[in-house]
Amino acid sequence: MRAIAQRLLQLFVVLLLVTIFTSVLIDLVPGDVTNTLAPVSTPEQRAQLRHELHLDQPVWERYGEWVGGLAHGDLGCYYGTSGYTSGSSCPDKVADRVKDALPISLEIMIWAQLIALVVAIPLGVITAYRAGSMFDKGVNTTAFGLLAIPNFVLALVLAYYVGVVWHLWDINPTGWIDFGQDPVGHFKQLLLPVISLAAGQVAVYMRLLRSDMIATLQEDFVTMARAKGLSPARILWRHALRPSSLTLLTVAGLNVGTLIGGAVVIENIFVIHGMGFLIADAIVRRQYVALQSYVAIIALGYVAVNFLVDILYATLDPRIRHARAIG
Amino acid sequence: MPEQSVEPMIETESAAPVVAGTQTLVLDAEPEAAPTVEKSATKKLGLFGWIAIGWLVVIVGLALLAPWLPIAPPDQKFLRDTGAGPSIKHIMGVDGIGQDMFSRVVWGARASLLVATASVLFGLIFGGVLGLMAGYYRGRLDGVLSYIFNCFLAIPQLVLALAIIAVFASDPAVTVGEREFWLVISIGLVSIPVIGRITRASTLTWAQREFVLASRSIGARNKRVIIREVMPNVLPAMFSIALLGIAVVIVLEGGLSILGVGIPPSTPSWGNLIATGRNELTKIVGANPQIIFAPAIAIFLTVLSLNYLGDVVRARFDVRESAI
Repeated sequence: MRAIAQRLLQLFVVLLLVTIFTSVLIDLVPGDVTNTLAPVSTPEQRAQLRHELHLDQPVWERYGEWVGGLAHGDLGCYYGTSGYTSGSSCPDKVADRVKDALPISLEIMIWAQLIALVVAIPLGVITAYRAGSMFDKGVNTTAFGLLAIPNFVLALVLAYYVGVVWHLWDINPTGWIDFGQDPVGHFKQLLLPVISLAAGQVAVYMRLLRSDMIATLQEDFVTMARAKGLSPARILWRHALRPSSLTLLTVAGLNVGTLIGGAVVIENIFVIHGMGFLIADAIVRRQYVALQSYVAIIALGYVAVNFLVDILYATLDPRIRHARAIG
Repeated sequence: MPEQSVEPMIETESAAPVVAGTQTLVLDAEPEAAPTVEKSATKKLGLFGWIAIGWLVVIVGLALLAPWLPIAPPDQKFLRDTGAGPSIKHIMGVDGIGQDMFSRVVWGARASLLVATASVLFGLIFGGVLGLMAGYYRGRLDGVLSYIFNCFLAIPQLVLALAIIAVFASDPAVTVGEREFWLVISIGLVSIPVIGRITRASTLTWAQREFVLASRSIGARNKRVIIREVMPNVLPAMFSIALLGIAVVIVLEGGLSILGVGIPPSTPSWGNLIATGRNELTKIVGANPQIIFAPAIAIFLTVLSLNYLGDVVRARFDVRESAI
C-alpha cells in the first residue's frame, strides 16, 4: 500500500511538471505570439486575443485557468486568423474535437496492442520451447527484420498494395465509420493502421518473452513439474508463462509511448481523425491552445497506463509486493 | 526511495532477448567466420556483422562524397524520363517531377545521417554527463535528475519532439538550416533522459567496484575518478545506445517528415523522400512505387545494420539496460 501511495505521489508530481511545461510552451514561441496566431488581426483584436488566452496574466494564473478549464471539460478554442472568429463565443471548441478524436485513437491503439500480444505470446512461448530449431531461427530472423521496418513504411506499402495495386478496398474512406453504422467497413478501415502499428510491437514482445521463457525453463520448479510428468503444454502455459510475463508487462506499458508516437504518424497516413491527426493539424495551423491540451492529455494517458502497469505488476508477482513493502 | 518504484521501468524493450537472438543468428550464419582475426572481436561479429559494417561504410561514404560523385544533382530535372522506372541511366528510376531517385537517395543519406548523428551526439553529451553524475554521486542529485528524466519520459518522444518543433520551427518560412537545427535540438532533448537513464544504471554498477574504491582511497578527486575509472567502463553501453539511437532518429525524422515538420523537401532526406513519394503514389495513377521503395529500403538496411551492430556491442559488453 505504501509503495502505491509513493508511486501515486510521484505520478502527481510528474503530471504537475508536465502540464506546467505544456502551459509554458506558448510563451516560448519566438516573437509576439498573437502575431503568429492571428496574422491579419487589428491591434484591438490582438489585445482581445491576448486577454482571452490569459497571456496578460502571469504563468501560474494561466496554468490555474487551464487546470480549472480541464476540470470543467473546457479546453479553450481554435481561433481564426483574426483571433476568435466571433468574439468569445468560441465556435470551434478544443474539447469537442477531443471528444470525437480520443475514442478513435484509443480503439486503434488497443487493437494494435491486443493483436501484438496475441501474436507475440504464442510465438514467444513456442520459440523458447523449441529454442535453436529452424522454426525458432526463422521467427527470430523475421522479428529482427520487422524491427527495422518503420511503421510508416509498412503503412505506405500496405496502403499502396491494398488500395492502389490490388484495389481491395478504399483505404481512405471519407470520415470515420462507426461500428454500429457498418461493422465490416469499421474493421476494414482499422485493419491496415492496426497491422502497421502492431508489426513492430510483435517483434519486440516476442523476443522479450522468448528470452524470459528460456530463463524460466531452466528453473528448478520446471524440472520438478517435468519430473511429476506434467505435459509440456501444461508446463509452458500454466507454470512458466506467468513468471516470464513480468518484463513483458512492463515493456507493454512503456511501449504505449512508442504506440502513441506511431499512431500519430499512422493516423496522418490513413487520414483518420484521431488525436494524432489533431496534433499534426494543430501544428500546421499553429493552434497552440489546442496543442497544449493535446500534449497534456497524451502525457496524462501515458503516465496513467504505466501507473496501472506497476500496480498490476505487483498483483502478478507477490514477491515484488513483499520486496517493496520491506524496502 | 523514488528510485525503487521506478525500478521495473528501467528494464526495457529488448535487453536480454536481443542478446540471445543475436547469438543464435550469428552461430547460424557463419560458424567459422574469419578464423584468422582475433577471436573475441570477431566471434560475435560474424558475417552479418561485417555486411552491416560494409553497408554503413558505403552509406556514410556516399553521403560524405555526394557533391563529388558522378551523379546528377538531386534537383536536376530529366523531364523526358519523368516517372520512369529503374533503367541503366537512372538505376532507381525517376520521381514525379523528373528528378533522379538514386541521386536523391544519396543526398538524402546526407541530411538524414547528419540530423541523426548530431541529435544522438547532443543526447550523448548531455545525457551521458547527467547520467554519470546521477549514478556516481547518487543521493539528492540522483533523485532530482531521475524525477526530471521521468517527466520528460512522460511525454512520448515523437509528441515531445513535435511540440518543441511546433513552437520554435513550424513557421512555413523557416529555412532548411533552421529546421535542421531545431530537429537536432528537439530530438537531442528527447533522447537525453533515455541515454541518461542507461548511463546512470551502468554507472551505478561500475561505481561500486573495487578499482573505483581503490582510486578514491589513494586520494583521487571525484572528477578524476569519474573520467578515468568509471567513464571508460560506461562507454560501451553508451556506444551501443548511440548505434541504436541513430537508427531510432532516422525513423523519427521520417515520421516527422510525414507530419510535415521534418527536413523541408527542398533538401532531400530519406524521410521527406518517403513523405513526398507518398503523395505522388496515392494521387498520380500509375506512379512508380520506387519513389517510396528506394528511400524505404535505404532506411531499412541502415536501421537493420545499426540494430545488429548495437546488439553485438551490447552482447559483448553485457549491457543490460536499454530504453530506446
